[in-house]
Amino acid sequence: MALTYEEVVAKYEPSLGLEVHVELNTQTKMFCGCATEFGAAPNTQTCPVCLGMPGALPVVNEKAIESTIRIGLALNCAITPKSRFARKNYFYPDMPKNFQISQYDEPICTNGYLDVEVETDEGSKTFRIEIERVHMEEDTGKSLHVGGATGRIHGAEYSLLDYNRAGIPLVEIVTKVVSGTGKYAPEVAKAYVKELRDILRSLGVSDVKMEQGSLRCDANVSLAPIGSGKLGTRSETKNVNSLRSVERAVRGEMIRHAGLLDKGERVIQETRHFQEDTGATRSGRSKEQAEDYRYFPEPDLTPVAPDAPWIEQLRSDLPEKPSVRRARLQEQWQVPDKEMAAMVNAGAVDLVEETVALGADPTKARGWWLGEISRLANEAEVELNAAGISPKDVARIVELIGAGELTDKLARQVVASVIAGEGDPDSVIAIKGIKVVSDESSLIAAIEKAIAAQPETAEKVRNGHLPAAGALIGAVMKETKGQADAARVRELLLGLLGQA
Amino acid sequence: MARISRDEVARIAALARITLREEELGDLAGQIDVILDAVAVVQEAAGADVPAMSHPLEITNVTRPDVIVPSLTPDEALSGAPASEESRFRVPQILGEEA
Amino acid sequence: MSDLIKKSASELAALIARKEVSSREVTQAHLDQISQTDSLIHAFLHVDSEGALTQAEMADKNQNSTKSPLHGVPLALKDVLAQKGIPTTCGSKILEGWRPPYDATVVTKLKDAGVVILGKTNMDEFAMGSSTENSAYGPTRNPWDTDRIPGGSGGGSAAALAAFQAPLAIGTDTGGSIRQPAAVTGTVGVKPTYGGVSRYGLVAFSSSLDQAGPCARTVLDTALLHQVIAGHDPKDATSINAPVPDVVAAAQRADVKGMKIGVVKELSGEGYEKGVAERFAESLAILESQGAEIIEVSCPNFTFALGAYYLIAPSEASSNLARFDAMRYGLRIGDDGTKSAEEVMSLTRDAGFGDEVKRRIILGTYALSAGYYDAFYGSAQKVRTLITRDFAAAYSKVDVLVSPTTPTVAFKIGEKSNDPVAMYLSDVATIPVNLAGVASMSLPAGLSDGLPVGFQIIAPAMKDDRLYLVGGALERELSAKWNGPLTHQIPDLVLR
Repeated sequence: MALTYEEVVAKYEPSLGLEVHVELNTQTKMFCGCATEFGAAPNTQTCPVCLGMPGALPVVNEKAIESTIRIGLALNCAITPKSRFARKNYFYPDMPKNFQISQYDEPICTNGYLDVEVETDEGSKTFRIEIERVHMEEDTGKSLHVGGATGRIHGAEYSLLDYNRAGIPLVEIVTKVVSGTGKYAPEVAKAYVKELRDILRSLGVSDVKMEQGSLRCDANVSLAPIGSGKLGTRSETKNVNSLRSVERAVRGEMIRHAGLLDKGERVIQETRHFQEDTGATRSGRSKEQAEDYRYFPEPDLTPVAPDAPWIEQLRSDLPEKPSVRRARLQEQWQVPDKEMAAMVNAGAVDLVEETVALGADPTKARGWWLGEISRLANEAEVELNAAGISPKDVARIVELIGAGELTDKLARQVVASVIAGEGDPDSVIAIKGIKVVSDESSLIAAIEKAIAAQPETAEKVRNGHLPAAGALIGAVMKETKGQADAARVRELLLGLLGQA
Repeated sequence: MARISRDEVARIAALARITLREEELGDLAGQIDVILDAVAVVQEAAGADVPAMSHPLEITNVTRPDVIVPSLTPDEALSGAPASEESRFRVPQILGEEA
Repeated sequence: MSDLIKKSASELAALIARKEVSSREVTQAHLDQISQTDSLIHAFLHVDSEGALTQAEMADKNQNSTKSPLHGVPLALKDVLAQKGIPTTCGSKILEGWRPPYDATVVTKLKDAGVVILGKTNMDEFAMGSSTENSAYGPTRNPWDTDRIPGGSGGGSAAALAAFQAPLAIGTDTGGSIRQPAAVTGTVGVKPTYGGVSRYGLVAFSSSLDQAGPCARTVLDTALLHQVIAGHDPKDATSINAPVPDVVAAAQRADVKGMKIGVVKELSGEGYEKGVAERFAESLAILESQGAEIIEVSCPNFTFALGAYYLIAPSEASSNLARFDAMRYGLRIGDDGTKSAEEVMSLTRDAGFGDEVKRRIILGTYALSAGYYDAFYGSAQKVRTLITRDFAAAYSKVDVLVSPTTPTVAFKIGEKSNDPVAMYLSDVATIPVNLAGVASMSLPAGLSDGLPVGFQIIAPAMKDDRLYLVGGALERELSAKWNGPLTHQIPDLVLR
């Protein structure tokens, strides 16, 4: 019988290590002038350099250096006065030179940290994730495996290589070992990646789309018996393509490790692949023997020695930190902690801010994003910002409600239609003929009709039995095809029946 | 005393993706041994306080601007390919996994 | 017009500029010489007759377009440099038939200067060797004695000059591969300061040591070629961003009055043949008689140079040659549908690389591997610092250093091919130069038992012009004595 998560955390403490790769959004590749546009036809963005042709030489992209330094500064890192590139040597067909130009013992940024907040039983808690290093390297090409049963590597007959992606700048961000998270390890991991993503987005250095691979996360997990003071053997999980997967992967690995340890078995140090569909991990390559990458300083490139005034300039130009911004917005909107945390968790902060910027009341904007829109997004299993409705749409809906042209109920219909792709709020309203019946005389006519049709019910209301009004209101709503403002109907009805 | 054994040579050859034949292994181990003896003197030459030099030039910060330069056409890129299909390089099935 | 082939490049350029002869005639004369002699010498791996004649015709048509002092003059290009559309093999089977889709920067500069490229010359495979016997396509023979090696790795370029197949050649030098062949063929070869000539398009052997350089039969020709190919290249991050020293003016001035010339103590003595030592001493006497002061200097760390080189170069090479994996270009063996990519890579590399290349890849992989880095590669990089310090100390006392280029004259083909370490010793005098990145020239000092001896001049980094001052001065005296370049004394080639 598999252990439950509660059983796992009762006996073991987890340690985490997170490695995040970010694809920079520079115009050109790390070491050559080829374009970096996503989705180009195969091998149309290649040259002798990124194809690793004999005689070709790399020259580093100055914008990539700048972006990496900004990332390091945003993560409170020290910027190395003189760092060098190094060759990481190993053979793989998607790597044209059969070595990757990376950084080894002289990374450009070191020793930073990132604070993340996680909801715990004792309320909101801050965890400081220490960052070991931030360094630059280049991406590999893409291989398409043809033939074989599943189209993945095992069982493939041959592979087709497209080197458009080879050489695109990558920044690798590596944490130090993260301890002391206890049972919140999965949430901490997720919060870290999310916060990191938000910072990277605010810096404008990458489009950080996990689904497209411009933000990749590898999660290292190990367990040790509580209080043992030792570190367990770790496994590395790759192919973690969303924030949810980060959380699930960490949780899954903790359970898997515990299962082995409980039986007295050994955890193998290896690379595993996360399976989106099952939430489990599959064994990849054994890392029992550490790969011998034969690192040595890259002789074709010069050291990177950014001057201090430039670094200070970059530091002072850094955008407002997401956490600082959130605190500011929380203050502005007068939102209690728990609710703010819920907004952050749901990825709603930016959306609410944009909606408010378009004129909507903060409370109302929040209500819509965290309420109806969240509900529909969760049903469709998509992120809020991919739900299919924009801050502009929401602001418009709030405006229409305020003007009395929509009731809450009607507005929910509009939201659903917009999300279903039927157009923007005004188009939907026009097409579907959604309209609040606000014309009092027709309302009164409908009310009188309902009263006439249900005389006994009307009598009950006259006698003070107010709940009975519900049936009459229902009849009016039906009569007006749901387009009457129910609250107004009730007001008028009670008035007519002497109960105002 | 041999500095490098046949097994070691075989291990290194695998790292370097060269399949050596049996005869080659023996010969190579012997020759490399001789060379290693000859170069061993290097180990005692420099003290710990001598910095390593990996470059004759002292220059730093050579970069290029982030400006697009025309790429090769797919035909040019694939011109030397032993095999290709639909503008991609065709290679035999890959067993190992990416690092 | 067979005496056209005996002329120097500067003489040919002048004739072409005055329209006394066309580039086409000059090119054809050299192509004829190649046809007549290369089945014996085997300096060339690929002769581009059609392309060369087309370039020559263009040069004739556009006489004033380049304003280059070498406009219309033919040249032989070492097969380690990428020339677009032309087979580039690096002397290896693994690149048999590969035609690069791009030109090396050196090649672009040559074309822009109106130089006519005759073809690609033979070399030790991937520039690893000192005799050109490691070429996968057969050795090149020394025109002075066809049973002997022409030096290596650039034996093809040097032999082409000595056989009058071309008045100019480009070589590359990592541990002596321009200078040692120049010495044993009686020609002139220069390794510029590291970074002086772009490495873009030069198939890398050892990145921190490789340098392309000019080769010719006279010091002035070499200077003219040096001026054409040197200069900053934004595509090579290790290239020097400064004007090229005025090497042509220096070659023309050729004046050593008041210069201090340092004789390196460690590059003499045991192992240096008597004839070599004698020609060297005579050359020193000539320079002294011209007003130079000869001073003995000691560079004690030079004794570690060979060891450091044979750790650094193979290490860098093991990484540089990893790209030859049968996936994107070059040879592919074993792809019969049953083997994996990894197997095909390994089989191809075993079949496509020769013994010396495999030896160095294994050595280099070993030297870099976990547990051995500090002892081998790491230590060797420290030795480089020591050697650089030796040079700096010497240059605080003298303007240039000199030595015999090689300890011996050309040895016989096959004599050292089974003894790698003996082979490596050919480079003992040239290697320290590459480790420090300074500039160096070899020019003919005379003959010993009928075979050429080379005189090596070493200048501080970025002071390449000093090579030409000293070389020019020595050559002027010696040429007067010989009545022309030493190569004019070559016995007539026996055609087989």
